[in-house]
Amino acid sequence: MFKILHKKSLAPMVDEMVIDAPYVARHARAGNFVVLRLHEKGERIPLTIADSDYNNGTITLLFQKVGKTTNELGLTKQGDSIKDIAGPLGHPTPIKKYGHCVLVGGGIGTATLFPILKSLKDADNKTTVILGARTKELLVWEDRFRGYSDELVITTDDGSSGRKGLVTEALKEAIERVSVEIVITVGPIRMMKAVSELTKPYNVKTIVSLNPIMVEGTGMCGACRVNIGTKTRFACIDGPEFDGHEVNFQELENRLNFYKKEEEQSYNLFLRKTKRKVTSNETVM
Amino acid sequence: MKKCLLVTRHKSLVTVFKMRFRNPEKRKNDFKEVSLGLTERQAVKEAGRCLQCKKPHCVAGCPVEIDIPKFISFVKEKDYLGGLRKIREFNMLPAICGRVCPQENQCQGQCILGKKKRPVSIGALERFVADYELTSEKTEIPEIIPPNGHKAAVIGSGPAGLTVAADLAKLGYDITVFEALHEPGGVLTYGIPEFRLPKKIIRKEIEFVKNLGVKIVLNWVVGRTQTVEELFKDGFKAMFIGVGAGSPKYLGIPGENLNNVYFASEFLTRVNLMKAHKFPVYDTPVKKARSVAVIGGGNVAMDSARTALRLGAEKVYIVYRRTEHELPSRHEEVENAKEEGIEFLFLSNPKEIIGDDKAYVKELRCDKMVLCEPDASGRRRPECSGEEFTLDVDQVIMAIGQTSNPILVRSIGGLNLWGEGYIKVDHDGRTNLKGIFAGGDITTGAATVISAMGAGKRAARAIDDYIMGRTVGAIHELPLQ
Repeated sequence: MFKILHKKSLAPMVDEMVIDAPYVARHARAGNFVVLRLHEKGERIPLTIADSDYNNGTITLLFQKVGKTTNELGLTKQGDSIKDIAGPLGHPTPIKKYGHCVLVGGGIGTATLFPILKSLKDADNKTTVILGARTKELLVWEDRFRGYSDELVITTDDGSSGRKGLVTEALKEAIERVSVEIVITVGPIRMMKAVSELTKPYNVKTIVSLNPIMVEGTGMCGACRVNIGTKTRFACIDGPEFDGHEVNFQELENRLNFYKKEEEQSYNLFLRKTKRKVTSNETVM
Repeated sequence: MKKCLLVTRHKSLVTVFKMRFRNPEKRKNDFKEVSLGLTERQAVKEAGRCLQCKKPHCVAGCPVEIDIPKFISFVKEKDYLGGLRKIREFNMLPAICGRVCPQENQCQGQCILGKKKRPVSIGALERFVADYELTSEKTEIPEIIPPNGHKAAVIGSGPAGLTVAADLAKLGYDITVFEALHEPGGVLTYGIPEFRLPKKIIRKEIEFVKNLGVKIVLNWVVGRTQTVEELFKDGFKAMFIGVGAGSPKYLGIPGENLNNVYFASEFLTRVNLMKAHKFPVYDTPVKKARSVAVIGGGNVAMDSARTALRLGAEKVYIVYRRTEHELPSRHEEVENAKEEGIEFLFLSNPKEIIGDDKAYVKELRCDKMVLCEPDASGRRRPECSGEEFTLDVDQVIMAIGQTSNPILVRSIGGLNLWGEGYIKVDHDGRTNLKGIFAGGDITTGAATVISAMGAGKRAARAIDDYIMGRTVGAIHELPLQ
């Protein structure tokens, strides 16, 4: 059992929790994730380690309430326990001194970017961070990012914070303005795809962090397979980060939608059981 | 419940097992166990057929060398728990082995009676005594062994790991088993379906191992949660790696990543470990299909096909590139599958999975094969006949084998490997690194439960020798890098 030490809401459908998991914390590196199962009947879901504290033995997870499991996770309180957490899993982000790095985050993907940003800053890189959201209140951890980025650009679809527009517009300007060594992007598939398509003609190395459906997360089942440069790879042990220019995003999207019907069924059942009304603020990613 | 006679053909011999099986029409709709085992009367009668050979061939055919004639003599005298105690001297998982061992190639395959008529049903008798304990509530409590003060770690809680753990615990070692998943049992838990090996049987056998003092730590991915070096620093004097060959193999044909193409390991993990057949009571779903093609001819293929059927498929095909004679699966499972209405398409080799405009499986295109000269495995090699055919299916399950899982192996610097990332060991499971032992599928490639247990037994002896200072504990003495 893994105890939830702190829990708070960051945005309408986004929660943050700090969990007691000393062994996971000890080995957690930027880009790693855990697989979590809430209870005996729960499913195993991957969540990125958004932050970790070696000394206190804790990890921080951010999650967006989109389906049954994440909403159920949202109902947990400080002091509750999560039945199973395994990790840290996945390859860590390759950290070195690149020069100028641009990090592009969208929606909950920003959580994944934060430890990467910290590590890149520790490795003496110059960093531009571009965070995008639909609207102001969906932006998370803006202050934390500000502390580690040389330049922070916020974009919102409705212009309620930062500049109005898409992250790609801000990225294009950044690439044309300075010599960018690497772009790391985490967020909705369509955003990562747009970012990869944008950087390709500029020949800028682009890393994306993929979020396919996983079951066990240790390389055994192949549920998370993705197509990278026509080769089949497992996101859990070969990734989750891949060269954005090589990823078959269409296939990833198809596979992510495979259980849509079951996900809805499960979620509706959950709503009936918990007697909650469907909130409109459901999907950002 | 219907009494069926199961006729299987093996090595041109007709072997008849007197086991009771549930009616195929009923059993194919649920996940309850298919084989009902022997009645007490049948068991005693069957035990009476044993010739009590002076030089028993059956023992030589058993990878863990159970004293088979002796345990059978207990059954004959109706001392079933005595028989069980005898088996447990050699094998801690009798209820499991009685169900999943390929006895026709091992003990029963060697039985002298089999030369003229049918061999003694050793597997059924093993299962009978183990089940007798489970149902009679006369649980055998193992003796508490005085601890010898040495700690050893076992990585992976599958058949190999559990065997090492039990054997070392019986010698007084302080054993911790580290399991990456949220439930122990390895392939027994995530791989073998409920209708062939009920989970309560696995839990009960694991309970027995725990009663020997073995600790099992779950959600512990050695190599990630804790490294092997850290385990040594924590005072473990030796460790056994039994992480299995869990990584699925690809066919390498177009369409493998279409929606509704599963690796058997994912399909079975969803159902066996995550209980997806009980969705939405359990949160993990699995896709139910109308018409399913399972590619492969091993136990995993049979398990997948029969699971798909139980999920509600109208039609399930097994697509295998050789003939019935070469099927690597346990014969009983082939017969069970046939009885349940699974259709076998032999000499059929998939070449492309075709999807619809939404990227869902629509058809499977196959080559018709002919058999040529034997290959390195001794089996006749299939070759394209030039003909092809198309199957109308909406789900494809690939069950063409598993390979090593790199997650732990990659984390140990300097460990000698062979083939597709399997650990190189000597006969007793020693690796090239001092204090690190390995056995089971991670050293051999995908094999059987019992061969993994045999490897576990030898490794346990080698670990004891090493910790007690009788041997060096590595093939070549090299420091851990």
